[in-house]
Amino acid sequence: MTKYIIRRLLQTIPVLIGVSILVFSLMHLIPGDPAQIIAGEGAPEKTVEQIRERLGLNEPIHKQYLNYMSGVVQGDLGNSVRSGRPVVDEIKTRFWVTLELATYATILAVFIGLMAGIISAVRHYTFTDTAIMIVALFGLSMPNFWLGLVLIDWFAIGGDWLPAWAKLRPSGWGDSWRQVVLPVITLGTGGAAIIARMTRSSMLEVIGQDYIRTARAKGLTDRVITYRHALKNALIPVVTVVGLEFGGFLGGAVLTETIFAINGMGRLTVQAINTRDFPIVQGAVLVISVLFVFVNLIVDISYKLLNKRIDLG
Amino acid sequence: MVETILDVRDLRTSFYTDEGEVKAVDGVSFSVPKGKTIGIVGESGSGKSITSLSILRLLASNGKVVGGEVRFKGDNLLAYSEKKMRSLRGNKISMIFQEPMTSLNPVFTVGQQISETLIEHQGMSKKAAMAKSVDLLKLVGIPSPDKRVKQYPYELSGGMRQRVMIAIALACNPEILIADEPTTALDVTIQAQILGLIRDLQQRMGMSVVLITHDLGVVAETCDYVAVMYAGQVVEYSDVRTLFRKPKHPYTVGLLKSLPRPDEDQEKLIPIHGTVPSPLHMPVGCRFNPRCPAATDLCREKLPDLFDDGEGNQVRCWIYNEQWPGEKEVDVFGEERTARC
Repeated sequence: MTKYIIRRLLQTIPVLIGVSILVFSLMHLIPGDPAQIIAGEGAPEKTVEQIRERLGLNEPIHKQYLNYMSGVVQGDLGNSVRSGRPVVDEIKTRFWVTLELATYATILAVFIGLMAGIISAVRHYTFTDTAIMIVALFGLSMPNFWLGLVLIDWFAIGGDWLPAWAKLRPSGWGDSWRQVVLPVITLGTGGAAIIARMTRSSMLEVIGQDYIRTARAKGLTDRVITYRHALKNALIPVVTVVGLEFGGFLGGAVLTETIFAINGMGRLTVQAINTRDFPIVQGAVLVISVLFVFVNLIVDISYKLLNKRIDLG
Repeated sequence: MVETILDVRDLRTSFYTDEGEVKAVDGVSFSVPKGKTIGIVGESGSGKSITSLSILRLLASNGKVVGGEVRFKGDNLLAYSEKKMRSLRGNKISMIFQEPMTSLNPVFTVGQQISETLIEHQGMSKKAAMAKSVDLLKLVGIPSPDKRVKQYPYELSGGMRQRVMIAIALACNPEILIADEPTTALDVTIQAQILGLIRDLQQRMGMSVVLITHDLGVVAETCDYVAVMYAGQVVEYSDVRTLFRKPKHPYTVGLLKSLPRPDEDQEKLIPIHGTVPSPLHMPVGCRFNPRCPAATDLCREKLPDLFDDGEGNQVRCWIYNEQWPGEKEVDVFGEERTARC
């Protein structure tokens, strides 16, 4: 197991290099000359040239990449072209905000999704099952920016029960759970619906297996059969979806953060794109990508824990 | 007289599908004497497996036992509560299945799967149950059981897995073991081993065995009594000697005539023409009448009961009833049978 984890960690290195090349190239394919933007429109060509030189933008692209990467491995993601502050500092506080939001949303999605999926599967083709699946279809079809606005309308404007915004860390927006509720529901609903549907179909497939019949023939209770024998097998495909959803939440937090005025990575990235602050965009995308790669690694390891038969070599 | 431990009377099981009610089992009767082996033989789709699942009430959700009785030591199991039924399954009556490859849960170790039954029915501690599991693996002839007990099903061969299934089934010293085609998925040498093991354990533990199979060779070798099934019904119930020496029902006669028999002089094999009827379109009268060489109008109109033949055996055929309208001597697939009229 330890050997496997080490090997998997080593395998992530080429993936991470690939990701960094992709992110770096994409930034340079986006139209707009950052030097020109920083200098301001109509600035003399000489000023623009100086800025370009200062940022190293006149060097060949592979050299720029190597310079950038040698910084990255030392924990230096460059400086924001707008504020001049190190990108790492800009991202640091925002990163935890988004991670926290995505984590809560994942917990919500897993909890509701699993419960709904299991109930649906155990009572398949009954009214309960149909009702849950219709609700799930709504959850899945609802764009989260719309859901966010509706929730604000109902709970913040209509009822004044929950705030329509969430405060920034480090004062900690987890200080008050009330601030967390609406954004987490907004972000997590779609995921809960996907997990519910996945759990249901996976459970239904497993319930039809021979070993479930064996478990019944042993005289075990329905509870043990469902939660021990069926669920452990049914979870394998669900874990993949949970991993993907978590990654999706990290990226998908952009809209939720914008709606609830949360100063997370998503909002930071949008602002940086608007101002052509490419070191920030690059850094943010890189950090999210690295996180995504590691989430997938965790998913793979949990496979092995769920089913020993899976050969991870 | 040997005590009867399980008595199945006129069992009827239906499945409700989009095309309508499928009467998969429609009049199955047989009894299992204590300590004996009874074989249930029949073609695919004749209702053998459904019969066994009905006994333990393990049918899929669209299946239902609609009539009859299953008496275990006098008690009708069909009237039991689900809870009471559960305390019986895997404890007093155990079952093993056709597919050892898929009948074990892939995510639990062999030991976990055996000890589960012991913990459930005998209230053993985890540790005690695990120790007993090692003993059980030894009992079913698995080498180095203390190592195997920690392994997962994928690490075992098909024959080994069936042995594990047997170990699970025998964990609580059941009074009846129902084996649903336990050797069909295994290759021939392993088949013989598994059957030998079941027979050996039966003698040692004194349990009764219900062996479901389509293999008459297996029946001849292992069973004391046989119930022959055709189209969801038992057509003949007899001791094994009589069945092979002098089968009564034309279907059984035809079945044996179509088999190569090393013990008898045969000029050629005689096939039974036609096919098994679909459970959705059963023929009127005797279900075998469209394929029976001796069928009369009575056979085409009225379904015969399972008649006693006066020698302790039973047969579902008009030839052996006073109402038989045909000749006294009846030719059935080239064999003479004397009618009872």
